[in-house]
Amino acid sequence: MSPAAAFLRKLRAFASTGVALFSEYRAELFLWSLAGVIPLIMMGVWRQASATGAFPLDPTEFTRYFLAVFLVRQATIVWVIWDFEAHVVSGTLSPLLLQPSNPAFRFVVWHLTERLARAPFALAVLAIWLLLFPDAFFWPKLGDVCLAVLGIAASFATRFVIQYAFAMVGFWSERATSLEEVWFLVYVFLSGVIAPLDVYPDVVRTIAAFTPFPYFVYFPVQLLLGREENVLRGFVVLAVWWGLGYALYRVLWRKGLRHYSAMGA
Amino acid sequence: MRRTLRLLRLFWGTSIAAEMEYRSNFLMSAFTSIGGLVGAVFGLHLFYRGGILLGGWRWEEALMVLGWFTVLTGVSRTLLTANLGRIVDHVQRGTLDFVLLKPVDAQFWLSTRRLSPWGIPDLVFGLGLVLWAGVKRGVSLVDVLVALVPLAGSVVTLYSLWFILATTTIWYVKIYNVTEVLNSLLEAGRFPVTAFPAGLYRFVFTFVVPVAFLTTLPAEVLLGRGRLTLIAFGLGLALALFVASRAFFRFALRYYTSASS
Repeated sequence: MSPAAAFLRKLRAFASTGVALFSEYRAELFLWSLAGVIPLIMMGVWRQASATGAFPLDPTEFTRYFLAVFLVRQATIVWVIWDFEAHVVSGTLSPLLLQPSNPAFRFVVWHLTERLARAPFALAVLAIWLLLFPDAFFWPKLGDVCLAVLGIAASFATRFVIQYAFAMVGFWSERATSLEEVWFLVYVFLSGVIAPLDVYPDVVRTIAAFTPFPYFVYFPVQLLLGREENVLRGFVVLAVWWGLGYALYRVLWRKGLRHYSAMGA
Repeated sequence: MRRTLRLLRLFWGTSIAAEMEYRSNFLMSAFTSIGGLVGAVFGLHLFYRGGILLGGWRWEEALMVLGWFTVLTGVSRTLLTANLGRIVDHVQRGTLDFVLLKPVDAQFWLSTRRLSPWGIPDLVFGLGLVLWAGVKRGVSLVDVLVALVPLAGSVVTLYSLWFILATTTIWYVKIYNVTEVLNSLLEAGRFPVTAFPAGLYRFVFTFVVPVAFLTTLPAEVLLGRGRLTLIAFGLGLALALFVASRAFFRFALRYYTSASS
């Protein structure tokens, strides 16, 4: 079988198991999506605050901003470290290692199929919010949408590869997830989930620009809303962090596999 | 009563002994707790840079709300997540049988069996923030003591909401996420409820997910402007939810089919 045909066969196998898995746990997925309401909560506070205060955005712009954040978050959520940790701790990683495919591939495909299962819910929330705040409705330009989709894909790829590298720490420690928790803490405050970076003090903005966090959420959101943004810089920064994450993953993966004791198998 | 206290001592003694195996986690949780609080204070400050009073609340007053929120986060980390998160496991594996057979109240056992010390930093920092803001606003000792009443109500309300949601695992086994949803909705409790737009937002956060009573009310009482009717309503809500949680658990047990035993 040619490599391309083999690849397609694996893709089909993982995608169909993914679809089966996520359609079985529809209720669970619904709840996971509902857990992503934080941008909508922040939207309420910012809408009200910007009605009277002096902020760079007006209530309508804040509403659009947080709706875009909600969509970007739904499309870029990564949970691989919890899955991977469970596989290492219970020893069920062993059968995955016997398959003629890197386990990372399976996880990527599952994340992507999960997005499909999530989409109807995310769109329903978007529709409800637009009904509640009709002033926020607008048609984004086609070019902006294309750029935003690329930005979201780059953000997802980078978040995934970094979290996967953290997951490799699970070969040595039972609490690799606490790494992700600390990372997520910084992510929440610097990525633009709680507020657009426009309202941040300049010092914080400058510091944040040197971290990958603003490019995970704020950057694709800016692209989608068609607001001024250094497009090239955003993609370059994401690419650099992706490369760093990938290198870390390769090193830890090789060492980790040797260390892996297949507990309980 | 004495038996209850003795049980609690046993439960929590063994839990702490077990958790001490992972001492390094304590540093980690203290670190994330401080980091989270610094970030939250920063996030709150962003509103005040725009020269507004958030929902009519001054800076120190809003910090007080954030402080109570942190305290409640600490409560849920020490007691609620540790215990109620496990109900799922009990149902999935059928080990709820053993709990039901014990000569103690099953709800009491399920709710108090474990104590996780990792929420303590949140409790300490949250209280610290409340006291600091209180001193700044010149609240009296009497106000502090009075504020403990609605706070107790908040804890009971929070517990009851958690327990009711956790009980639904008896029907839907994979419901761990429900608690995640509750946690994210409770995030609204970082802000005084008047910071939300009137209408749907405020309605939801008062009556559906009652964060107004969880954090705003104790802060108002501490500032000496709590209205008696609201305090009474908050306590009534706590009591009603607690009674409902007991009734709901009993009702749910009728559908428990004891998996794999």
